Amino acid sequence: MSEIVLYSVLTLGVVAALFSTILYVVSRLFAVEEDPRLTEVVEMLPGINCGACGFPGCAGLGEALVKGADDGDISHLNCPPGGADTMTRIGAYFGLETGSAKETVAVLRCGGSCEHAPAKNSYDGPASCVIAHSTFAGENGCPFGCLQYGDCEVACPFDAISMDPVTGLPVVDQELCTSCGACVRACPRKLFEIRPVGRRSRRVWINCRNTESAVAARKNCAVACIACGKCKTVCDGIVQAITIENNLAFIDSDKCIACGKCVPVCPTKAIAATFEPPQPKPKKTEAESADA
Amino acid sequence: MSKYKTFTLGGVHPPANKLTGHLPIRDLEPRGTIAIPLSQHIGKPAELVVERGSEVRVGTLLARASGFISAPVHSSVSGKVKKIDSVVDAQGHRREAVVITVDGDEWEESIDTSPDLLEEIPLDRRMIASRIADSGIVGAGGAAFPTAVKFSIPEGRSVDTLIINGVECEPYLTADHRVMLEQADELIVGTRILMHEAGTARAIIGIESNKADAIELLQERIRIKAREGKIPEGFITVLALKERYPQGGEKQLIEAALGREVPSGRLPLDINCVVSNVSTAVAVYQAVQKNRPFIDRVVTVTGHKLVAAGGGGNFRVRIGTPVSALVDAAGGLPEDTAKIIMGGPMTGRAIPSLDVPITKGSGGLILMDASEASRLAVKNCIRCARCVGVCPMGLEPYLLEKLVQHERYEDAEKEGILDCIECGSCNYACPSNRPLLDWIRLGKGKVVELRRSRMRGNQ
Repeated sequence: MSEIVLYSVLTLGVVAALFSTILYVVSRLFAVEEDPRLTEVVEMLPGINCGACGFPGCAGLGEALVKGADDGDISHLNCPPGGADTMTRIGAYFGLETGSAKETVAVLRCGGSCEHAPAKNSYDGPASCVIAHSTFAGENGCPFGCLQYGDCEVACPFDAISMDPVTGLPVVDQELCTSCGACVRACPRKLFEIRPVGRRSRRVWINCRNTESAVAARKNCAVACIACGKCKTVCDGIVQAITIENNLAFIDSDKCIACGKCVPVCPTKAIAATFEPPQPKPKKTEAESADA
Repeated sequence: MSKYKTFTLGGVHPPANKLTGHLPIRDLEPRGTIAIPLSQHIGKPAELVVERGSEVRVGTLLARASGFISAPVHSSVSGKVKKIDSVVDAQGHRREAVVITVDGDEWEESIDTSPDLLEEIPLDRRMIASRIADSGIVGAGGAAFPTAVKFSIPEGRSVDTLIINGVECEPYLTADHRVMLEQADELIVGTRILMHEAGTARAIIGIESNKADAIELLQERIRIKAREGKIPEGFITVLALKERYPQGGEKQLIEAALGREVPSGRLPLDINCVVSNVSTAVAVYQAVQKNRPFIDRVVTVTGHKLVAAGGGGNFRVRIGTPVSALVDAAGGLPEDTAKIIMGGPMTGRAIPSLDVPITKGSGGLILMDASEASRLAVKNCIRCARCVGVCPMGLEPYLLEKLVQHERYEDAEKEGILDCIECGSCNYACPSNRPLLDWIRLGKGKVVELRRSRMRGNQ
């Protein structure tokens, strides 16, 4: 009886020793040399693999950072969700300058709420923006506007987007948004734009993407941009940040100083701002002319 | 075993609801303003040749074909071009259209408007081809593929059988049925022209057995023509088919009639067939023999409430007539109409507005009330595989739905998503009311995009 135990222990012991030797040799022979910096840098990144940096996940950016560090320049790399903190830490780790990337946030470019663009028909297919978009123009008839089924809300990995039950439109929480761009990719109508947060979170944008003629756009939505050019006239006297193309105005966030003077002149209230814009001038002049 | 032929795989039996099959075609006089879209066909939109203020007559060219797959557009009324504007189409998108104020009913002099039947075919093959191309004929069955392109048989290919599609398997629609009954002689001449064009001596007119009167009438007419020696015996035959949806699908009809299968990703031409709709064949007759472009079509206007109130019917409508005018002529909108479907109930689309114009591809208008129109609550997939059983293309709709939902487009491509003919049998059969086709249709678009980007990558 004891012999069986002895033989078993011996055989298994020999087999174990043999395999461990093979494993040891093989692991030495085929060892993948990994830069220790890579592991440490990847650990500093948020680890959400959102792809906003343009690389496939955090490991991709990590590799690019290590390679950049070898070349002595990482200023072109940036981690939008990590923000300035992360990049400063990484810069300190390598002892290199990091890019002074502006803090950005996702901005919805549609004001077609239930109130301003009331539904003219009802859709009872799958509650998904991509399907609705491929099926028809939308319940309110605007082929450019928000469909209100919340694909962006589902796509946002940070729960920064919520659908407002009153307006029907998605709302971006600036605190939670990391501008990873998931909503930009999820929206079939490309209504989200990553724009700089702006000084003291002041930013102004055209809250519409409709390139139809003024008449057609206004038929479906009270707050559509009609490309009248009033905002451009105002801005041309200040910083020339507004361009009009394809029946649609656009504010260049690099040039915009967020003075807010274009907001009150818009006849359709198609310009949105994150702050209280200056008192509408036209009203004043109206009052003055009435007085006179 | 039924005595009628049919296709083998899948299929469903929706209630036929052919409420208007007994109502003769009525002409709808053009009135007011009409809007003729420049893109009523698959392919490039036509190129405008008129301008604001131009005087046009019935048959005046408004826009010429641009590119190989395209079709010209003609004025369907006489009057003055009011404006060139964008008009809401059946999907709610704005598309360029010629808006014409109707004034009288003057026809172009080149068009033979006499009711005489012209049976002699004086033109040669090349002339016929150019007449078909110049008259802007597109497949009237709904897909709106330019007929001239379909019948331009490439070198080295041959056609042994022309199949004329009189199946009309979509419930409610009766336009083709009426065309077969009222324009049988034109249909036979049109078929002969298409046979001549395709270079074949065999044509089969496929008709479902629920249209017994049309089958009998056409058989009778063909027998008479053969006896008179105008066509050889067995030149054109009428084939009665079992009622089954989607028998009118090109691939299903070929299989039912000839027992041949169109390989995945290929065309009927690859197995020496061409399929054409009955209304298209009649349009070909009118174009070739009478020099009359594609300016009107027969549209079924139907719906339970509408027909019960004595309305509805089959109307010969000028292209560009707004849906509202057609509905008014058919007895007006029943009070609780919830949905208007353009096309058939299985493959058609709900239209967003009554201003949508009738185009070359619209074969029906179905007015439904809320109880018929709404979709039922979507429940979970219970893996009953009914969608697999009814798919006429042998696909697995439940799987395709899941793959598309998870954006696994490459896998969906491998599962044959592009073979889907969008017949809607899976949606119809699903006991959990799942919107299978909605997802599959989205996936098809994505896979086509994927293929295009792949082709660009290879270049």
